[in-house]
Amino acid sequence: MSTDLIQEARRQTEICNACRYCEGFCSVFPALTRQKAFADGDISHLANLCHNCRGCYYSCQYTEPHEFALNFPAALAEVRQDSWERLAWPQPLARRFHENGVALGLIAALAFALVFALIQMLQPASGEGFYAYVAHNALVALFVPAFLLPLVAVGVSLRRYWQETGGTRLRWRNVLGGFRAAANMKNLNGGQGQGCNFENDDRYSDTRRWMHQAVMYGFLLCFAATSSGTVLHYVFDMQAPYGFFSLPKLLGIPGGILLTIGTIGLAWLKTKADPKLGAVRVWGGEMGFILLLGATGASGLALYAATGTAAVPMLLAIHLGCVLAFFLLLPYSKMVHGFYRLAALIIEDQKQNAKA
Amino acid sequence: MAAALQNQVWDILVVGGGNAALCAAITAAEAGAKVLILESAPKTYRGGNSRHTRNFRCMHRGPLSVLTDSYDEDEYFDDLMRVTKGKTDEPMARMAIRQSEDCLPWMEAHGVRFQPSLSGTLSLSRTNAFFLGGGKALVNAYYNTAADLGVTVAYDAEVTHVHIEGDRFTHVDVRIAGEMQKIQGRAIVLASGGFQSDLEWLTRAWGPAAANFLIRGTPYNRGVVLRDMLDQGAESVGDPTQCHAVAIDGRAPKYDGGIVTRLDCVPFSVVVNRDAERFYDEGEDVWPKRYAIWGRLVAAQPDQVGYAIIDSKSIDLFMPSVFPPIKADTIEDLGRQMGLDGAKLAQTVGAFNAACQPGTFHPTELDGVATNGLTPAKTNWARPINQPPFYGYQLRPGVTFTYLGLKIDSHAQVHTAQGPLANVFAAGEIMAGSILGQGYLAGFGMTIGTVFGRIAGAEAAKHVN
Ligand SMILES: Cc1cc2nc3c(=O)[nH]c(=O)nc-3n(C[C@H](O)[C@H](O)[C@H](O)COP(=O)(O)OP(=O)(O)OC[C@H]3O[C@@H](n4cnc5c(N)ncnc54)[C@H](O)[C@@H]3O)c2cc1C
Ligand code: SF4
Ligand code: SF4
Repeated sequence: MSTDLIQEARRQTEICNACRYCEGFCSVFPALTRQKAFADGDISHLANLCHNCRGCYYSCQYTEPHEFALNFPAALAEVRQDSWERLAWPQPLARRFHENGVALGLIAALAFALVFALIQMLQPASGEGFYAYVAHNALVALFVPAFLLPLVAVGVSLRRYWQETGGTRLRWRNVLGGFRAAANMKNLNGGQGQGCNFENDDRYSDTRRWMHQAVMYGFLLCFAATSSGTVLHYVFDMQAPYGFFSLPKLLGIPGGILLTIGTIGLAWLKTKADPKLGAVRVWGGEMGFILLLGATGASGLALYAATGTAAVPMLLAIHLGCVLAFFLLLPYSKMVHGFYRLAALIIEDQKQNAKA
Repeated sequence: MAAALQNQVWDILVVGGGNAALCAAITAAEAGAKVLILESAPKTYRGGNSRHTRNFRCMHRGPLSVLTDSYDEDEYFDDLMRVTKGKTDEPMARMAIRQSEDCLPWMEAHGVRFQPSLSGTLSLSRTNAFFLGGGKALVNAYYNTAADLGVTVAYDAEVTHVHIEGDRFTHVDVRIAGEMQKIQGRAIVLASGGFQSDLEWLTRAWGPAAANFLIRGTPYNRGVVLRDMLDQGAESVGDPTQCHAVAIDGRAPKYDGGIVTRLDCVPFSVVVNRDAERFYDEGEDVWPKRYAIWGRLVAAQPDQVGYAIIDSKSIDLFMPSVFPPIKADTIEDLGRQMGLDGAKLAQTVGAFNAACQPGTFHPTELDGVATNGLTPAKTNWARPINQPPFYGYQLRPGVTFTYLGLKIDSHAQVHTAQGPLANVFAAGEIMAGSILGQGYLAGFGMTIGTVFGRIAGAEAAKHVN
């Protein structure tokens, strides 16, 4: 199955290599012109460098009905998707959740129910803020494994990916190079800042880049907010709830807003873009993931807004349910793309420097 | 839609949907004209040969956008004279060259994006500005700009006849989605390319061999409007029997194979014909200066086919091919796989190898490594073909464009023996014969289309305003 996908992507890669007109769009083309023959791992590498901007589809003179039938964004999307599922552990889980937004939603609902039950059963005798509803220790007991186990699973996958694509020993320089490219989403700008051909056919637009930036930085801010809360709790012995001018809130509120706006934007763009230029089979799973992420941000904000009201227990259960589902699904949902993409950028930095 | 197109008099009809047509339509629309583009291709294939291009040649007095250094009028003109061997209308050529400098910012302002010259084409970084995403991206940008300016486009709309009364055009007959219609306009710009895709016409002009030619670009450039205008007494330029042809991969599609079917292996090869015999010096000059003659060379061989043979020493010395080469461990086997007499091929290669002389091979410059006592000689890069695996490519003539065109003046006006037609203008390949009487200068086709497209659009708009 994956050999067919790789073979099709290889066929198209070879045509592109003879053409090269799209060289200026992204890092995929400079990477592919380095060689003449492409092993399976090379194709996986190219696929994970591609972020599906579709510039190379709309400007290709060989798209169907031409007999060369180029659809490079879709060919790479299929291989990329396949690599995430094939290298994931356990595989069947990955296939299910990547493809199926409903399954994803189901996990979220289950997580919500679990947290809700927890709140009902383990309501502590005392405590302030959230901890008035669910004991801190219960939260930790639930979330630490739910956070660490998926990370371990992703780690295992990345190791296999590293081997498959010929990554070498990690060096700081390459890591920095990879992070730099990721931080400003250099490749999402279309090569010249004109952006993608995502939601508007052959017209360029920067909307996807901005929305994706909002989601990424929103997510990172939220993550930093939680981490800073943890540090305050354990290191400085300062317990939640935190006031508005505290690190967790100063990071978390803008983070939540960015995350919510960004995910609404991305979901809307997705409804306007042509699904045939991506991996069609996972459209639902991708959409489900975006919505889950958006729900996480929005419920977090709502929770803060509802402070002191009767809505708190319910909102808390929803929010923590989303967070839990998000973590559990991390290796088996679109979220994993962030890890692969960063790995691909680092490996690309290595390959470029090996050549130079 | 059909009725809506017919029931009005358009200011300007533009025939064709490639670079020249779009430049004319945009310029005219910006001057306030109501413009209709009639493009014979369906939307997916819009843009003619322009959608296969990658760059245009641009004069510049200092670094300009992606172009390095400078490239002045005289150097540009000298380069042109060298390839056309003087078959050029000098004032027209100089006008096109001078105006090319102004084209680049105009193109950028109308949505075209440029990129540094592609890997493998460094030699062009000073003279040719490459389009980001190639010609199809350029064409898309222009269609979007035209749409924003209110230009109407009819796809699947083949103009079959341009009605001329006295010195004026009145209306066209056009088949839109299979239905004949009459559409009226106050001026017309003809930008419908050459006739290379009409194989019958090509065969009449060139001889029966043309039936075996492959057409590198769009199947829609069949010269219908060119023929129609010539039949009505329009004056012509350019050699009616000639076309520009290069040697391309013999497995390319009949039409529209585009850039990827080119093969750059000839300088490192032994090239034989159907009878496994060599016929020309493969190492006469560097490839960019020779690729255009190989179309004719192959066209002159029996069955219009050639076979390039290399060995493993050379496989990485040229741009990758779109189809993988035929591969074998012996020359005999390679010959058989390609449908040649294997023993004969081995004999030809053997004789070539025996004639090779020692020397220092240098793939990117004339290295003088030549054969001795062989006819025809190979005068550069002559290394024995002796390191398996061996590789073979079939070569066929691939037609880029035809030279016959409409004669125009510096206002892009079309002429008959009685003088200029008052409201008929032409731009692009359909008039390029004035400037390119023979030969070809890489990137000049798009320059001609842009310069004269803009002139035609402006003059047509002036005429109707
Ligand atoms: C593979 C290839 C690569 C090339 N690369 C370059 C390059 O890099 N740089 C360069 O300068 N030149 C290049 N050329 C040459 C270049 O393509 C032409 O010089 C240029 O595109 C001509 O532009 P045009 O607008 O006159 O014609 P075209 O772009 O061919 O447009 C003609 C249009 O007319 C339409 N048409 C035809 N007949 C009718 C009719 N009866 N009614 C209505 N519409 C009609 C066609 O559908 C088409 O849209 C290349 C050519 C080929 C084949
Ligand atoms: S996508 Fe099409 S135009 Fe772009 S490099 Fe590949 S073959 Fe060429
Ligand atoms: S879709 Fe965009 S990122 Fe992917 S290969 Fe094409 S141009 Fe590059």
